[in-house]
Amino acid sequence: MAKQLVIDGKAIEVEDGITLIQACEQAGVEIPRFCYHERLSIAGNCRMCLIEVVGMPKPVASCAMGVNDLPPNKDGSPKVISTTSPMVKKAREGVMEFLLINHPLDCPICDQGGECDLQDQAMSYGMGGSRYIENKRAVDEKYLGPLIKTSMTRCIQCTRCVRYMTEVAGVEELGAIGRGEDMEITTYLERGMMSEMSANVVDLCPVGALTHRPWAFAARPWELRKTESVDVMDALGSAIRVDCRGREVVRILPRNNDAVNEEWISDKTRHVADGLRTQRLDRPYIRKNGRLEPAGWDEALALVAAKLKAAKPERIAAFAGDLAGAEDMFALKDLFTRLGSKNVDCRQDGAKLDPRLGRASYLFNTTIEGIEQADAILLVGTNPRLEAAVLNARIRKRWRQGTVAIALIGERADLTYPYDYLGAGPQTLKEVLDGKHSFAGVLRDARRPMVIVGAAAAARPDGAAVLAAAAKIALLAGEGKDGGGHAFNVLHTAASRVAGLDLGFVPGGKGGIDMGALDVAYLLGADELDMQTLRASFVIYQGSHGDAGAERADVVLPGAAYTEKGATYVNVEGRAQLTARAAFAPGEAKEDWAIVRALSAHVGHTLPYDTLPALRAAMYKDAPALARLDMVEPADLKGVEALAARGGALGSEPFGSALQDFYLTNPIARASAVMAELSALKKNMNRGTTGTHG
Amino acid sequence: MAVRRLYPDQPASFSFTAANAAWAQATIAKYPPGKQASAVIPLLWRAQEQHEGWLPEPAMRLVADMLGMAYIRVYEIATFYTMFQLAPVGKKAHVQVCGTTPCMLRGAEALVEVCRKRIHHDPHHLSADGDFSWEEVECLGVCANAPMVQIWKDTYEDLTPALFEKVLDGFASGRPPKPGSQIGRQASCPEGGPTTLKDYAKAGK
Repeated sequence: MAKQLVIDGKAIEVEDGITLIQACEQAGVEIPRFCYHERLSIAGNCRMCLIEVVGMPKPVASCAMGVNDLPPNKDGSPKVISTTSPMVKKAREGVMEFLLINHPLDCPICDQGGECDLQDQAMSYGMGGSRYIENKRAVDEKYLGPLIKTSMTRCIQCTRCVRYMTEVAGVEELGAIGRGEDMEITTYLERGMMSEMSANVVDLCPVGALTHRPWAFAARPWELRKTESVDVMDALGSAIRVDCRGREVVRILPRNNDAVNEEWISDKTRHVADGLRTQRLDRPYIRKNGRLEPAGWDEALALVAAKLKAAKPERIAAFAGDLAGAEDMFALKDLFTRLGSKNVDCRQDGAKLDPRLGRASYLFNTTIEGIEQADAILLVGTNPRLEAAVLNARIRKRWRQGTVAIALIGERADLTYPYDYLGAGPQTLKEVLDGKHSFAGVLRDARRPMVIVGAAAAARPDGAAVLAAAAKIALLAGEGKDGGGHAFNVLHTAASRVAGLDLGFVPGGKGGIDMGALDVAYLLGADELDMQTLRASFVIYQGSHGDAGAERADVVLPGAAYTEKGATYVNVEGRAQLTARAAFAPGEAKEDWAIVRALSAHVGHTLPYDTLPALRAAMYKDAPALARLDMVEPADLKGVEALAARGGALGSEPFGSALQDFYLTNPIARASAVMAELSALKKNMNRGTTGTHG
Repeated sequence: MAVRRLYPDQPASFSFTAANAAWAQATIAKYPPGKQASAVIPLLWRAQEQHEGWLPEPAMRLVADMLGMAYIRVYEIATFYTMFQLAPVGKKAHVQVCGTTPCMLRGAEALVEVCRKRIHHDPHHLSADGDFSWEEVECLGVCANAPMVQIWKDTYEDLTPALFEKVLDGFASGRPPKPGSQIGRQASCPEGGPTTLKDYAKAGK
């Protein structure tokens, strides 16, 4: 039932059950606020959102008052709300004056300066002068881990951070101790916060009490050039904003994208920024006498071309890494096709996924937003908290709404929500498939079931059988239900994986690539391959960071990182998104597709595109799915059916996890000092008997 | 009220006595499943009683584990409620002097002076022998017999500095005085007998 309101003289009809602050927003009126946040529970403790409701004697906290709670007027006329009356102005000035009583006037040395809610609102709604001459309260600093710098004297006790950690991150570590003026935000005995998403509290903090430690005092927000882009640290494609000063990425912040990451990003996504500055490959190298020595582009490309031409097509191979852009992979595959080789692979981990079965066989078909409608979720061989922290927060959000059955087959882990632990290995999967397990009934009865298969489960020797079993379970569960029966989901960990599969960046022959029988191996940012098994006599590494691949390489071609090129990445759902160039690659490094294009001329098979748009046009012809940017199209269910039909014998090994260490999963993260610190901290935490809860 | 911090010198561990553990289980069972956290205040209080009148940090963790709560949630509660003592209190008496208006008007400040002189200059500090400690608290609801102090679970009312010293002497010697009014009146009846309805009483009715 809609409700009539008159807000600042404007008649408006709002839906039932919303709060006054939302109603005001719908009427286009901005209400100042500190504690209220759309994605958190309502606290109502900052009092900044006071408004006047005609007929009520006192100002009303609009965030905590629902439109349904308004007493009706006697004559049944719509309630009249004012946000501009003298009463509201006075109330706001009063609240602001109280907030500023104990807030230090240290804006010039505060990192929040320039993007501070308190600063802005004090300007807009404050009194303009101070009547306060007494001493201000001071608060002890707190230790909240290596990511978050505290200046607790600035805290205005909005408790957004406490609510975020408890509700969204699911790690109950932050709390407010003491009371009244002495209330303080802290963790239990000041242990650092251990969550994969802890740094989001800094974005939530409306003042400068919590700021980012890694880039403390590095820059003012107005000095930074902001570029909207997409994250590649996991396969979700979270929306990010890359802030640069000069050529340097200073910081990475989340952008709002309700379909993917809402407005959260993981700590790895955010604080990998310093990894973009270190360990960079900034010029070509050629191995001479066992040592990599700087070389010129022409020399390096000529050498690579000579090696590629000299080798038989079946004895050369290209491997795409987890951060490779679609354009780069397309160009490289194109080049290898022209060289007569079908040996290309984007599945470094050996996942038994085959794009020829259809798109649905390797996508997260339910979609990330679809999790919120799911009522039964089966996790197979995955730890979403580590493999896709933001997606895990979405599952937790679903769990908080109630009436969802979540079960896990695989490694036991703290996922921040309770689940039924069904078993460790494929036997349990078989039981569910055969309907012998009670959870099979839960899936069958569910309105919107989901089966999520982790990357590690797909990469096992019996991965094909595991995928087939999971696909069968999903098909049985999803049969005839709304949502198109899209219950089958693969949770990738590599940002490049879906695009690679979309482009058919997989071996053309039947058996895959014999790693031991190669003369030349071309690694496009592939650092996770087992370099021991790669017996190729000549290894070309094209990438942005000096890591395992560059160490093994005979020629190093310096490429661009994801913040330095406009590249297409397709996320787990099949959503194609473009990154944008925020800064130029260092030194002589070039964009990756351009390197491949330059090499093609040296090899004598010049690729027929000279510009990125021309390349994209060719790519879109090859893989039309990549052209539909920022959209998810439901994939044909036939792909899942084909996957289910593959069959194979299930092994008995228990499922493992795709990630051993959340913080060090790719070359950029491994170059980051912040990630290294977090990783070490986490290891110590797991070793020590600190009795950490939750 | 000042910032309340945990005492730096904490015991290594804490566990309920068998009787208290059984009582705790019975208390937790009073609440419906999933609402065990409701028992947090009674359990913390019992832990404080068992531990010489103050609440050690291991007890907070124990209670949190018993109730399936995050440590920080119990920590919040223990620091919020001022009746949870976070530092050791006197072995023989922890004196809570009421300082709210009625008591203050009737001379509570003089009682605080006695505490300062006899126990410690500052509240929440042990006396030299460790037997006494004191603090000023808000209204304890005995306004009719102001000024008053509360020691453990009993109140000592109608005090003057001299009478208060006597009360403290009693605790020091291990023979606490009778709780209630220290000038001998019953509850808050008028001093020296009834002042109204005297005729009625005389008539023997």
